[in-house]
Amino acid sequence: MAQMKALLIDISMCIGCNACQDGCKAANHLPPGEEKRLSPTAFTALEEHDGKWARRLCQHCEEPTCVSVCPVGAFTKTAAGPVLYDAEKCIGCRYCMQACPFRVPRYEWKSTRPRVQKCIFCSERLAKGLQTACAEACPTGATKFGDREELLLEASKRITAEPGKYVPKIFGQEDVGGTSVFYISPVPFEQMGFDNRLGKTPMPVLTMSAMSKIPNVVTVGSVMLGGVWWITNRRDEVAKHEGSQKPGPAHKNQDHQ
Amino acid sequence: MSKFVFPRITFWRSLATVLITAGVIAAILRFTLGLGATTNLSDEFPWGLWIGFDFLGIGLAAAGFTIVAAVHLFHAHDYEPIVRPALLTAFIGYSLVVLVLVIDLGRPDHFWHPLVMWNPHSVMFEITWCVILYTTVLSIEFAPIVLEKFNMHRPIKWIHNCSLPFMILGVLLSTLHQSSFGSLYLCVPNRLHPLWYSPLLPVLFFVSCIASGISMVILETLILSRNGRTLLPPALRANLAKITAVALAVYLVIRFQDLLGRGGARYLGQLTYHSIAFYFEIVVGFVVPLVLLLSPRLRNSRRGLFTACVMVLAGFAANRMNTAITGLESYPVRTYFPSLIEILIMLGIAAIGFSAFSLISGYLPIFEPEPEKPQITDEPWIQNTPPAGA
Repeated sequence: MAQMKALLIDISMCIGCNACQDGCKAANHLPPGEEKRLSPTAFTALEEHDGKWARRLCQHCEEPTCVSVCPVGAFTKTAAGPVLYDAEKCIGCRYCMQACPFRVPRYEWKSTRPRVQKCIFCSERLAKGLQTACAEACPTGATKFGDREELLLEASKRITAEPGKYVPKIFGQEDVGGTSVFYISPVPFEQMGFDNRLGKTPMPVLTMSAMSKIPNVVTVGSVMLGGVWWITNRRDEVAKHEGSQKPGPAHKNQDHQ
Repeated sequence: MSKFVFPRITFWRSLATVLITAGVIAAILRFTLGLGATTNLSDEFPWGLWIGFDFLGIGLAAAGFTIVAAVHLFHAHDYEPIVRPALLTAFIGYSLVVLVLVIDLGRPDHFWHPLVMWNPHSVMFEITWCVILYTTVLSIEFAPIVLEKFNMHRPIKWIHNCSLPFMILGVLLSTLHQSSFGSLYLCVPNRLHPLWYSPLLPVLFFVSCIASGISMVILETLILSRNGRTLLPPALRANLAKITAVALAVYLVIRFQDLLGRGGARYLGQLTYHSIAFYFEIVVGFVVPLVLLLSPRLRNSRRGLFTACVMVLAGFAANRMNTAITGLESYPVRTYFPSLIEILIMLGIAAIGFSAFSLISGYLPIFEPEPEKPQITDEPWIQNTPPAGA
């Protein structure tokens, strides 16, 4: 099995130089120019919170919500980690944008043939054995590229080595079932704009708990409805038959017609 | 062929003409300029008014399956006069929802993709298929009305002979997608306000669509008439109202038990943007109509019933819009209000719906009694049709 790749982002080491976004834009052929928020032309962006920067990008979840909600399967999770998008399939329902727990996908609202846009984890570079463009561009090592398991080990090593420097949490290790982008932070994650309501359950599991009932609804439902039809139909037939046996009601029936 | 008579100009016809024209122009703008230029949809709010309208349309059309189930599956023949109006409502409702969905899609030219590109894990995929299949079933259920108009009785007999599985399928498909509109929001527990998020969303959506669908039919029986007589005797209408009341009561029990059980109730103490929206929806749409409908006097009065049913529909609309919009806003930082073009398109489509109902019910035998079942009569109608080989 291909080794899962990941990114480790150390918020304490980020100096907000924006080299990651520049590198990303160059690698993905996006129009240059600094952007403060994610957009169809910025797959990553530095969000400043009180002199520190939280770098936002697609988290490439282990169990991605976008992959599960897309009605046409335009999203796929690849073995090496990247979550990819196929604009040729996309119908533009925008359920992925509504569903993404990290509010990552962006839409080309200005276009009349719009696509969803987001980080693709430089999957072409990965295939060539290169690291992601953002990790390569980072001058301080705040973003580090590597194997998922190794990066997790390194993150916990950094936290245990300097317990005073970091809050004791690796964001992305277990959140929504685990992601491919990890963060360690000197301040609580809520202060850096992270959602603290996500929990450890992958969001697709919540949907599956309802979807898995469908076969039961169909089988039990059709048998029940068929049964009710049979019983009430039989009741009608019996009533009609009894009506035809007795002279009184039979006349009534004829009057009816 | 009768001579063409210019239709009389009435207030409603003029209004419908204006709304439809404005809607068509708005739709042309939407397709030529794109979603960004014409709507207030954004990355923060990718779904807006149109999705709320879809929920509403599908919910109001729910009578199609409940009444068909009652009359044809449960043999409650007394309600036969409302089968056709209910079917017509459902048919129009679903057609318009499909139309809105296509307008809402970013790539309307790709609308057919779910037919060939499958993702069975997706609620949206399931809904798409249910709506397509159910609209097909509705066409089959509706076809006899059209065929009757043209005196084509042989195909009617064929349809009658195989209608049972289709009716069962219709009820199942409706159950599935009515509830699935709620399931759409199961995967956003972090986004949807706890006053609306619940693992029971599909159940709640299903129960409330029964109340709204039947209220819609009651309103139709109050407004429309068959040859000057009301469609349903008041006693039967009151019975329908009882079913609505039961659905409302069941809904309230589930909703509040769920809110209390999962701690959502703590948001009810203070008056906020969200709690006001919640109270409006619950009081106007569920509590007050339930109280009204529990009174036999009001249930049997035209005005009482009318008020209660309009309130159910208003509350239902509020519930769907709150789930689709209000519950996802975080006031006052992140809010959404539809653009003029979004509103015009919605109004235009609503106007198309009302006009279509009025036109079709004038042309097709919607309010005439259903002819006796072929197997009951001595089949005199067969003589009317040309021989099979002709």
